Amino acid sequence: MNKSMSKSLNKSLNESTNKSVNKGMTKKLGWFLAGGLLVALLLAGVVSNFASSSPDGLDATAREGCTFDANGDITGGSCMAQREQGHQMKDSPLADYGIRGIHNSALSTGLAGVAGVLITFSIGAGGFWLVRRREQKAA
Amino acid sequence: MDAQAMHIANGIVNGPVSAVFVVFAVAVLAICVWKARADLDDRLAPMAGLVAAFIFAVQMLNFQVLPGVSGHLLGGTLAVILVGPWVGALCVSTVLIVQCLLFADGGLTAIGLNITNMALLGTAAGYLLVAGLLRILPKTPGGLGATAFIASVVSVVVASQGFVLEYALGGTTDLSLPWISGTMAGTHVLIGIGEGLIAATTVATVARVRPDLVYALRRFRKPVVLEEVAA
Repeated sequence: MNKSMSKSLNKSLNESTNKSVNKGMTKKLGWFLAGGLLVALLLAGVVSNFASSSPDGLDATAREGCTFDANGDITGGSCMAQREQGHQMKDSPLADYGIRGIHNSALSTGLAGVAGVLITFSIGAGGFWLVRRREQKAA
Repeated sequence: MDAQAMHIANGIVNGPVSAVFVVFAVAVLAICVWKARADLDDRLAPMAGLVAAFIFAVQMLNFQVLPGVSGHLLGGTLAVILVGPWVGALCVSTVLIVQCLLFADGGLTAIGLNITNMALLGTAAGYLLVAGLLRILPKTPGGLGATAFIASVVSVVVASQGFVLEYALGGTTDLSLPWISGTMAGTHVLIGIGEGLIAATTVATVARVRPDLVYALRRFRKPVVLEEVAA
């Protein structure tokens, strides 16, 4: 079969099909979104407590060459982390992936993760919705 | 417990260079918003929100790659496959901004550096590989998974070298650059393998459940609809 012909035929068919079943697709998208969010909430809320607390690839490289005491403060040597400064947002109630005031670390990390997923979804979906392409005039 | 993320802290790269990268990141993100509008419709917008939320969640999951060294997914390749390059870069940026402003992760001064490495460089590298690999590999969940794996490994290493470039321009110590580059590349190959496994599992699952929601498969959508209608 002619490749370009089948492509364009398929494209126009896809478009018309998308239009006619648009309602059903949107509904199904809702279920997919709900399922995806549930997975994200479980990962950030529960699985996050099993995450490794070793320094990550960048941090480990930045610390190489220095010696550290039990508190993680630099005691000597030369490394990239020497010039590291504190974070402007260190007083945020969610700083360092915990909720300030909750002392149970599993609960604190889990709730911070849940809050982060919900906030990121709201800002992301809300922002993308605002700048999306609108085609109402065509309908 | 501190879940750590692979974000540059304040003070590692000097102020002027950090500021230049803030300007650079803002300019490229503006182009991304402009280009993303062509892709963003009523269905992709909420999907992109989900991709951002999912990346946030998975970035909390540091996995061990060496004794005393961990890493986590960056998410550029995953985002490219599910929502396309422009929207994908914006998804990763959204995550980085939320992490910086609310979770004190990744310095505020360093936000331009972090966005450049993880949201722009990582995503661009992921996109180029995905676009290339999908020409050769089968457009099946398996093929897409393999694509995600390979592209993730390369994308994470490229992002790590972005840091090396920034450190070369504005590093605050006199450490040897080849050493930094080699150490970063070495650990990030391992982190990339971890990211690749997560990204492959995720995109293969979405491709199986809802292939219509996979941006990277749109161009190759099989004429299933045509056959069904014809029958």
